[in-house]
Amino acid sequence: MTTFINIQLLYLIIALVAIMAWVGLNALVLVYCERKFAGHIQRRPGPFEVGPHGALQPLIDGLKLMGKQLLTPDGADKVLFWLAPILSFVPVLLLFVPIPYGPVLTGMEMNLGILLILAFAGFNSLALLLAGWASNNKWGLLGAARAVAQAVAYEIPMLLAVLGVAFITGTLNLTEITTMQGAWPWQWNIVLQPLGFIVFLVSAFGETNRAPFDLPEGESELTAGFHTEYSSMGFGLFFMAEYAYMVVVCSVCTVLYLGGFKGPFIDGWWWFLAKTYALLFLMIWVRWTYPRVRFDQLLNINWKWLLPLATFNLLATAFFIKL
Amino acid sequence: MSSETVFQTRAEDSIGGDFYAQHFQEGCEENTLVLNMGPQHPSTHGVLRVILEVDGEYILRAEPVLGYLHRMHEKMGEVKSWYQFIPNMGRVDYGHPLAWNWAYVGAVEKLAGIEVPERAEFIRVITCELNRLASHLLWWGAYLLDLGAFTPILYAFDDREAILDILQRPTGSRLTYSSFRIGGVQTDLDEKTVQMIRDFIPIFRERLPMYKALVTDNIILRKRVEGIGEMSPDVIDRYGCSGPVARGSGIEYDVRRNEPYSIYDRFDFEVPTEDTCCAAGRYLVRMEEMAQTLRILEQAVDGLDKAEGGCIMEKAPKPNWKAPAGEAWFAVESGRGKVGVHVVSDGSKTPYRIKLRSPSYSNLSSFAEVAEGVLIADAVSILGSLDLIIPEVDR
Repeated sequence: MTTFINIQLLYLIIALVAIMAWVGLNALVLVYCERKFAGHIQRRPGPFEVGPHGALQPLIDGLKLMGKQLLTPDGADKVLFWLAPILSFVPVLLLFVPIPYGPVLTGMEMNLGILLILAFAGFNSLALLLAGWASNNKWGLLGAARAVAQAVAYEIPMLLAVLGVAFITGTLNLTEITTMQGAWPWQWNIVLQPLGFIVFLVSAFGETNRAPFDLPEGESELTAGFHTEYSSMGFGLFFMAEYAYMVVVCSVCTVLYLGGFKGPFIDGWWWFLAKTYALLFLMIWVRWTYPRVRFDQLLNINWKWLLPLATFNLLATAFFIKL
Repeated sequence: MSSETVFQTRAEDSIGGDFYAQHFQEGCEENTLVLNMGPQHPSTHGVLRVILEVDGEYILRAEPVLGYLHRMHEKMGEVKSWYQFIPNMGRVDYGHPLAWNWAYVGAVEKLAGIEVPERAEFIRVITCELNRLASHLLWWGAYLLDLGAFTPILYAFDDREAILDILQRPTGSRLTYSSFRIGGVQTDLDEKTVQMIRDFIPIFRERLPMYKALVTDNIILRKRVEGIGEMSPDVIDRYGCSGPVARGSGIEYDVRRNEPYSIYDRFDFEVPTEDTCCAAGRYLVRMEEMAQTLRILEQAVDGLDKAEGGCIMEKAPKPNWKAPAGEAWFAVESGRGKVGVHVVSDGSKTPYRIKLRSPSYSNLSSFAEVAEGVLIADAVSILGSLDLIIPEVDR
């Protein structure tokens, strides 16, 4: 019995280390992709100087961030101020554990995988609140208030959308949800839950604070919102966490609606990666195309459109299952 | 110093304890937050400072504080000779410097009774209208940046770059032009420049529908500008707003049309107005104005060949020229509104007094009234829709 536990523990440790590497790698690749895509959308080549086609730019960006001075503003709550970025980044690692990347490639298969992700994703809004509150900055405070209101609003329709999938599959285990879907696009959950998919996707933009819902940062309104006062890797951690959350949300969306690692011909992680990155590309594309919504409009979209739609989707799903 | 006084000073510091902030705070209600938007804020376009009293995100009171970019242009006019003051005019408004050039040399010409050759007038119209396009493009990109859309500014600058490439040939600079001279302009337009303008017009005309489809018709943008910052014609009257801000509130006032100067009465163009009185009206007026400017440009380029005279009058004033005693007022339409220069001369080598009437200043004055009760995000939208150039506000 003891050996069994130890093997599992060892496996989990390896998985966590692998996840850390995966998060770091993803952040690098995504930063590069984002800057390159943004460049091409804006009729410019994007980063081009460091490495071939600017491929090493994210590394240099990271190095530059690390080389900056760590500043704690006057009158800030020092403990909370520095706890916030850590609290923002560390729970992200846990979110990657239950995601099935391939047929056998899972950190840890657990029955309540999706619930774990949704629960720990809530940590982010706490971190943003602490960051804005502790930095003793009025813009930061406004950003923090926005972050919490937004997170509360967008978690509900997201949960309702996920519940729809849970109803039709009868499980919260992400691996099982994947294996219940077929290889071809018409066998994926998106066909059964088109409305749920849309609600989930829009909520995902709200949850990850990405444009057009990037109000907690709201650069042109709140200077930089909750991370106004952060320098160096304090800012860097928020930045990495944002990208990690994007990857998580897109991974979960892939698993729930797009068949996860299942794909035509041969199942495997390549399908998972392709679908996740397609969604990530969509997020980047939207960010560099649309203006930002206003805060009351953001909440209106949520409470007046997404929530009724998600509820309707859930009731309709329940009704059809009973039939 | 006792510890108590130290504490008090620090408390004052933390609420931005300068004269304006303290004065502003006297009128504050309870449980409200006083915010300093600027002088270093991404969407105040430079160093404008607005003190806001907010309840949550709603603005109860707003007060613009000026003077962070005051450069004493009017005083400098009194110590510089008539010629030396022209470069100052290129630096008042970096968005549309040629309008200021024109207003000043126009005033001096009126004062001295100087007749400008026809060709010079055409060159002035062409360069000034090109500069107006550049100014509107700059506003368009910056406004959308304020609203959170990052991409349009690079498209706007793509077009603006082409305009600057044209303008740098006759004027010799790309931003702060000072190429107008008393009695004409510094350089003639050569064949290549005229050809570049002819090539540019159809290219830019094709770009405008794309901007409309991608940006103007976007639902998120519409929701951000429609009904925001309503300025009734009454507000426009009281604060003396002009330019697209006035036309966006349905007041058909364009200096080029109402008080025609130079040769503007020869061109066929419309003065676009919108009755919505909101930021959307001001936005649409500027977008339509770009199309109208292209029409003027087309006609002006065609008329340039037939125009008589050179680019500057034959006996242009020398550097140590003395203007006759008297005073004159000359107004032109810039990208932001009515630019006016009032010069007073006592017959010496330097002006006795120069008064600059800047449209941004009047337009900004209305902000305090318009911004009451709106969200912070809307205040940014309103500020952007006024198309402020801060050096022009402070002069």
